[in-house]
Amino acid sequence: MKSVETEIRFKLNGREVCLTVPVTMKTLTMLRDKLGMTGTKYACGEGECGACTIKLDGQTVNSCLMYAVDCDGRELVTIEGLRTPEGLNPMQQAFVDHGAIQCGFCMPGMIMQADTLVENNPNLTREEAQRGLEGNLCRCTGYTKVLDAVDAVVEAKKCCGRC
Amino acid sequence: MQEITTYLAPRRLDEALQAMADGAATVLCGGTDLAPQTESGARQYTAKLLNIRRIEGLGGIETKGDKVRIGAVTTISEIRCNPMLAEIAPVLVEAAEHFASEQIRNAASVGGNLCNASPAGDMIPPLLILDASVELACWREGAVQTRLIPLEGFFVSPGKTVKRPEELLTAVVFDRPAADFVGKFRKSGPRPALEISTVSVALGACIADGRLSNVRVAMGSVAPTPLRARHVEAALEGKPLDAATWAATIAVAVAATAEDAKPIDDVRASAWYRGHLVRVFVEEVLNEVRGN
Repeated sequence: MKSVETEIRFKLNGREVCLTVPVTMKTLTMLRDKLGMTGTKYACGEGECGACTIKLDGQTVNSCLMYAVDCDGRELVTIEGLRTPEGLNPMQQAFVDHGAIQCGFCMPGMIMQADTLVENNPNLTREEAQRGLEGNLCRCTGYTKVLDAVDAVVEAKKCCGRC
Repeated sequence: MQEITTYLAPRRLDEALQAMADGAATVLCGGTDLAPQTESGARQYTAKLLNIRRIEGLGGIETKGDKVRIGAVTTISEIRCNPMLAEIAPVLVEAAEHFASEQIRNAASVGGNLCNASPAGDMIPPLLILDASVELACWREGAVQTRLIPLEGFFVSPGKTVKRPEELLTAVVFDRPAADFVGKFRKSGPRPALEISTVSVALGACIADGRLSNVRVAMGSVAPTPLRARHVEAALEGKPLDAATWAATIAVAVAATAEDAKPIDDVRASAWYRGHLVRVFVEEVLNEVRGN
């Protein structure tokens, strides 16, 4: 379907981006097809699975449902933006260390959601992590190792605070 | 299929309403319903796409005197995390708590949940028992005109409301509940998250001198629109909470659900099961109210 295009400006993983998008384009399509940022995954396309989760102004959203035009003036972080100069961020590393990954397709979304949960609540309990990850589905493994990884990050952060 | 020729993201309400005056604008806020509905073809865009998220004064939760006002673009997460609502209308916070997933709560707006007019809309039964009204605004005769419609009269059929195409839902308002008001909410689905409710029930009442008064009961997914269960309300109004008659009161209220709930068989549940859930939920919330 044809639609008018509009220019938007936003911050993506710390960098200013300016581009023109069709007004019905979703953020996920913009990231993958316009910007070549393929870390964020397309799976269900209707907000049920969380594979496309990104961070927008500090809160997670399903990028498959979000209109790209609504990124205008806002700040986005994708899985590519979590990596630090030192390497993987603590949540990414914990997922690796705990074997929380099987096929890996749901992982970018799962890690974005888990990382935001801990960022917004340093004392996140396992139950709260479970509730917070309700919008992220994994089809091939279980959630136990995912929750173990989240627990480990919470514990490590607490320890750092004390030492 | 309609071509979108204009995209607008105004900062002022009057600009938005002027753009809507010809009735040809598709309103975009969180996009969590609009995106899947347009992708699947269930809904068509119109010539203009109007993003209302940047309009000043359309968000936020505030009280003025005894009125509570929730702006249309307020997200479900904002309702869930609002300390004032937790104190004066916890039933609304409870409904927000079990709304879809965190990712959707962060994007979806309360105005969108109402305008989508799903029989299963999660915020609707709690707002019905708070006796909420919706504020509709339009541009007419060179000025912004508003009207207030009781939420109970807002819904017409699945996806349809009395809102005219040139009108924008700007807020939902309700009176601050009395200090002795108790509200309860139940929803059911195969899992707690990301479910379109099989059935939802909200019950609110004032409890004074050991009696129920101002009883309001609302139900979702049991009819073409969410509804106030007037027969159940009548069965409960003025009833005492004492142990001797409580079981009989519950029995009458549960029986009255058959007068209000007219569920259908569909992919999510059979009519029989929905009727059963309504009876169970009414009994559960009543026992919870008495326990308070």
